[in-house]
Amino acid sequence: MNIPSDLKYTQNDEWVRVEGNVGTVGISDFAQNQLSDIVFVEVVVSVGETVKQGDTCATVESVKAAADVYMPVSGKILEVNDSLPATPESVNSDPYGAAWMVKVELSDPAELDKLLDASGYEKLIATKE
Amino acid sequence: MFFPHTEADQKVMLETIGVKSIEELFKDIPQAYRFPDLRLPPPLTEMEAMGELQELAWANESARDLACFLGAGAYNHYVPAAVDMLLRRGEFYTAYTPYQPEISQGTLQSIFDYQSLIVALTGMEVSNASHYDGATAAAEAVTMADAHFRGKRTKFILSPSLHPHYRQTIHTYNHGNDIKLVGENIDLKSGPEALLSLIDADTALVMVQYPDFFGRIYDYTALAQAVHTAGALLAVAVNPLSLGLLKAPGDFGADIVVGEGQTLGIPLSFGGPYLGIFATRKEYVRKMAGRLVGESVDNRGQRAFVLTLTAREQHIRREKATSNICTNQGLIALASAIYMSLLGKQGMHQVAELCYHKAHYLAHQIAALPGYELWTDVPFFHEFAVRCPAPVEEINAHLMEHGILGGYDLGIEYPELKDHMLIAVTEMNSRQEIDALIDVLGEVSHE
Repeated sequence: MNIPSDLKYTQNDEWVRVEGNVGTVGISDFAQNQLSDIVFVEVVVSVGETVKQGDTCATVESVKAAADVYMPVSGKILEVNDSLPATPESVNSDPYGAAWMVKVELSDPAELDKLLDASGYEKLIATKE
Repeated sequence: MFFPHTEADQKVMLETIGVKSIEELFKDIPQAYRFPDLRLPPPLTEMEAMGELQELAWANESARDLACFLGAGAYNHYVPAAVDMLLRRGEFYTAYTPYQPEISQGTLQSIFDYQSLIVALTGMEVSNASHYDGATAAAEAVTMADAHFRGKRTKFILSPSLHPHYRQTIHTYNHGNDIKLVGENIDLKSGPEALLSLIDADTALVMVQYPDFFGRIYDYTALAQAVHTAGALLAVAVNPLSLGLLKAPGDFGADIVVGEGQTLGIPLSFGGPYLGIFATRKEYVRKMAGRLVGESVDNRGQRAFVLTLTAREQHIRREKATSNICTNQGLIALASAIYMSLLGKQGMHQVAELCYHKAHYLAHQIAALPGYELWTDVPFFHEFAVRCPAPVEEINAHLMEHGILGGYDLGIEYPELKDHMLIAVTEMNSRQEIDALIDVLGEVSHE
């Protein structure tokens, strides 16, 4: 299971990569593996929108399940990944790269402290498997 | 084999919830109502009971015995014998899509064929496997539009000439939901233009009926454009049989088409089971409720049918699903598919045209009767409203004495239309029946 050490993780299997005050959000390798073949991704927030930690920012659907993606942090949406609807399979093949979902300007960086680091997340998914 | 709870089971359950006896569970019901004396008649033998039920059945007057001019959402059409013949085959005899669906290829194929016919008829791109009836399908359109905008648009505009029962069902479904239902109190005489001023950036959905509850046919092209300019969706409730004659809603920009499918080979039968039609455009398919059958190929390359896009549905999406209803009217949908296949495009056109011409003949004659006035003053399909010289209830009682089931008393749902009757004519109404209705209505105006 790929768990990059430079990311922060949520209990719900989202990740956030922080560069300056910008967070990039996606779902983890563990999450895509659990969902199996992803056939549909819909980002449900738009650029400029203000979102809170825990808000739904995307919906992913696989051949056997559907799941919402929740914001790991609060802030203003700067960018959404427009290529995902056409390439939902990239969530399976490149969950930490091509399949990023939204970029957000952090409004409360202290929220990051409540997220898990790679080793914390590794322990969490060990209990889920 | 079903095992009821044993006394030991009951004892454990009562102890768990801290109640002494089963009677104690009913203590909130006033004593007097707890074990009432039902005063039932003495028991009957099967033969006696059959005799009594037969007496009751004979006391009914059905649309078969009467000349029926009652419509208002359910219509007396001819159902070819082949519909029932095919429908009653044991292989089809269930109202449900199976839960291990792909094992029942025949059932799935029949649903796929139904969906294909509805798509062709409505001019849409996707049809689900059906809902309970026209009213619940209309409510699902509101639910779908709400899901599509994720609660960000809160205004839903309902035309006042959308069937009153559909509007009531929409209100029921949305009780406690944070949306605004508007438009129902605008002037009944006004056309779709009157809805335009209500449309704004907060509008999620505009719903109209075609032909409307009063039978009127409007061109909704301009309305569709205005709805789309505002970024909203247009839902159109149809009488599917009328589409044999009228332009398909998909051709004038409808995003959702719902309708009561009873007119497609389903008997009136006391109000149900009927058929809820629901069709939409492909881009909204993931927000659509209900089951959906698709065509695929199996591992041997043969054509096969599957339930598709099921991740939309409640058993996967749980509380996030657009709707928690995925029951469809499998058997009734099949009846409508058989009906449509038997009649074909030409046959449906012919039935719709017969209804249209007979209704217009009748309307023309009634307009000439002293005391009566046509309320409907725009093109209509097979139903129209008339202002009567006496209360509708009285006229209908008089008609019944002549074996005629009169029209719908519009005053019931629309107080401003007191003494107005909504009259429906179908291919079932012979020239003699229509002329008899005109004669009796004429007698009323002379009394």
